[in-house]
Amino acid sequence: MNSPSADSGMRDQKRLATVRKQRIQDFLFHKLTLSFSLIVLVALIGILVSLAMVSWPAFKKFGIEFLWRVEWDIINEEFGAAIAIFGTLASATIAILIAVPLSFGIALFLTETCPLWLRRPLGTAIELLAAVPSIIYGMFGLFVFAPLFAEYGQPALQSTLGQMPIIAPLFGGAMNGIGILAAGLILAFMILPFIAAVMRDVFEIVPPILRESAYGVGCTTWEVVRHIVLPYTQQGVIGGIMLGLGRALGETMAVTFVIGNSQRLSASLFSPGSSIASTLANEFGEAADFHLATLFALGLLLFVITFVVLAFAKLLIIRTERAKGLKT
Amino acid sequence: MSEAAGQALKTAIQIRNLNFYYGKFLALKDNNLDIVEHKVTAFIGPSGCGKSTLLRTLNRMYSLYPGQRAEGEINFYGQNILDPKQDLNLLRARIGMVFQKPTPFPMSIYDNIAFGVRLYENLSRGEMDERVEWALTKTALWNEAKDKLNQSGLALSGGQQQRLCIARSVAVKPSVILLDEPTSALDPISTAKIEELVHELKSEYTVAIVTHNMQQAARVSDFTAYMYLGEMVEYGPTDQLFIKPKKQETEDYITGRFG
Amino acid sequence: MNQNLYNRRLWKNRIGIALSMTAMALGLFVLLWILSVLFINGIKAIDWNMFTQSTPAPGSEGGGLANAIVGSLMMVGLATLVSTPVGILAGVYLAEFGDRSRIAEITRFMTDIMLSAPSIVLGLFIYAILVYQVKHFSGWAGSLALSLIAIPVVLRTTENMLRLVPGNLREAAYALGAPQWKVSIMVTLRAAKAGVVTGVLLALARISGETAPLLFTALNNQFFSLDMNKPMSNLPVVIFQFAMSPYDNWVRLAWGGALLITVTVLILNILARVFFREKISH
Repeated sequence: MNSPSADSGMRDQKRLATVRKQRIQDFLFHKLTLSFSLIVLVALIGILVSLAMVSWPAFKKFGIEFLWRVEWDIINEEFGAAIAIFGTLASATIAILIAVPLSFGIALFLTETCPLWLRRPLGTAIELLAAVPSIIYGMFGLFVFAPLFAEYGQPALQSTLGQMPIIAPLFGGAMNGIGILAAGLILAFMILPFIAAVMRDVFEIVPPILRESAYGVGCTTWEVVRHIVLPYTQQGVIGGIMLGLGRALGETMAVTFVIGNSQRLSASLFSPGSSIASTLANEFGEAADFHLATLFALGLLLFVITFVVLAFAKLLIIRTERAKGLKT
Repeated sequence: MSEAAGQALKTAIQIRNLNFYYGKFLALKDNNLDIVEHKVTAFIGPSGCGKSTLLRTLNRMYSLYPGQRAEGEINFYGQNILDPKQDLNLLRARIGMVFQKPTPFPMSIYDNIAFGVRLYENLSRGEMDERVEWALTKTALWNEAKDKLNQSGLALSGGQQQRLCIARSVAVKPSVILLDEPTSALDPISTAKIEELVHELKSEYTVAIVTHNMQQAARVSDFTAYMYLGEMVEYGPTDQLFIKPKKQETEDYITGRFG
Repeated sequence: MNQNLYNRRLWKNRIGIALSMTAMALGLFVLLWILSVLFINGIKAIDWNMFTQSTPAPGSEGGGLANAIVGSLMMVGLATLVSTPVGILAGVYLAEFGDRSRIAEITRFMTDIMLSAPSIVLGLFIYAILVYQVKHFSGWAGSLALSLIAIPVVLRTTENMLRLVPGNLREAAYALGAPQWKVSIMVTLRAAKAGVVTGVLLALARISGETAPLLFTALNNQFFSLDMNKPMSNLPVVIFQFAMSPYDNWVRLAWGGALLITVTVLILNILARVFFREKISH
């Protein structure tokens, strides 16, 4: 019988070359995958740097004042971001105000009351709502929603909320269906599935034992959700909302179709306005030189705002999942 | 201790003063042991005693995970495998391992076996066919599998999958095979087949097997080590350990008074 | 027992549940509404000419979307070809080396942000580094922007799916002495194949409907062109321009294109789900 040590020793001689080759391959594999994963980071930094560089003339001319200047005069090259920032924030706020309660209702239904056999198809349906390209929301908003909204929605709002003190001016003016409010409504349905999906996922993290013991002392479903599920998942829920907010702030197509694209500031939510993204989409084609720089400045602002919102959202969601022993 | 067997036995793996840590937790405490060439060595003990941990130090599997580390010496034919310079791939090609649950790769039965062989050998198609047949015959799987070599390894039954995994290990021609509770997920018939297989393997390979089943240890092994709480309580020829244990703790465990 | 209090609690519960069901119904209603509007208007536009003729000039009759369909296919196809290997290998890094590396942690976090970041900004980025430098829009630029959107989707799905592969399988491959790259490519990735395909399909679906980044990169081209170095027509941008136009035949084509991309995107999503289910049952 061969001595195994001698035998394997001989084979090792042959294997050494293989091992050396493998080491190099593994080294290259490590570096290759690492460099691919760095692409994301490089792109992020690249976005910041390149946007800052192109938009530099705008910031140089207007300084920090750019943020609150209300002018948007292309011919005389007087620009300010206030109108677009206002439109962005207003439409996103409206979207959140409407989408959050609806998403909460949907998540509650899907996790607590929906019969098991329906959970999957209904969950899928909501996720498909998220898959519909945003340009479709835009077309739907312009061609279907806006006419109906002008004919029924706006008059109804004007005769109710429009009669109340303080908020009345928000619902005044001409009713032609498009405008900041319409954009907010369309956005609401666009971000609803994203928020609902996060809420459903974090609701499912709640340990069954907690739920069961609450039902055990005679709580109703509503009370279980209100006093057990929500407090337990609070941070994750807020994270989901912020995620939706991030989407709403940066959405281009759904907004551009229905916001009206006017560079004027008006008290009424019925009146047309513009968001950062819609300004970019509308004016980019004809922009040159200094105008282009201001558009890039708007883009940079949008990126910074959404980055902060999304980072905050992500941190909250990670924290909820970690606290409950689940890692993404 | 190997001289207890009364004949000139060669040591394949010599474990000296081995400590093992999961982070700060000391999982193995000063283990000393000689694993004898061409014999079956069984590790028994209650769960959490460190028997699987010990096995995973022998092929440095723990090195995959940050925070796990070993101190001491493990000499494999005189070469300390805990040496940071040790090439792990080469080591693992020489010390094979089979796991608790069958782990067929998501590829055909043929490729499952060829995968490991191709790593270190350049065989022609014909030679590879021979090697696959040899490994499958060795693990008594050839007759069942020869007509479906191109089917996925996942199509086999649990017991067959486990034998495929052993065949995969054997095909690389290692000198040691580590078996980590190889039958705990299998039915009694498959278990019997694997035990028979272990018996045959020792003519060419050194085998170390972790089992929670004392009868299994008694049936298949030549030497047995009883471990408790990370310590090597008793180690000796299997007959001696089961019939006339030297330590009270060992006797309590094997007679079922404990564990 | 205070019957009054109990009744009040019951009513509160009923109202809460009823509201949640209303929300669900509203969500479904909107989905069905959008889809039915899309079908009703889109079907009217879909005919043979839509696939054979190029986009009509302003004021001219008829026309189709052939140039836009081909342009979209080319740019989305190229972006998929680029982002699939890059995203998968980057996902492998996060899953296989990620636990020991701080860079991986940061990358994972930033990738999640990129997943929801405004795509219009990515368009600006590519405009700044490519279009602005060479002074013309191009199919290449469009494809690059789409790749940057797709990579995070593929990356994160791949990582998540690799993490679902049982550790034992990985160890079994290492136990044979396999080097890391072979373990990753030939064993774990293969085991996670269905999940990885899901990620690629989702990315494909995502970029098929993207409009904003293409406005700044590929722009549009009224004529049929296969030259990636020139401005390139594509469905989303054509839909955007045509839907907002005063010409009836343009608006009709916009609906046709909208139906086309929505059906594509939904089919891709459903396919992705089928693959994912396979992975789960496996």
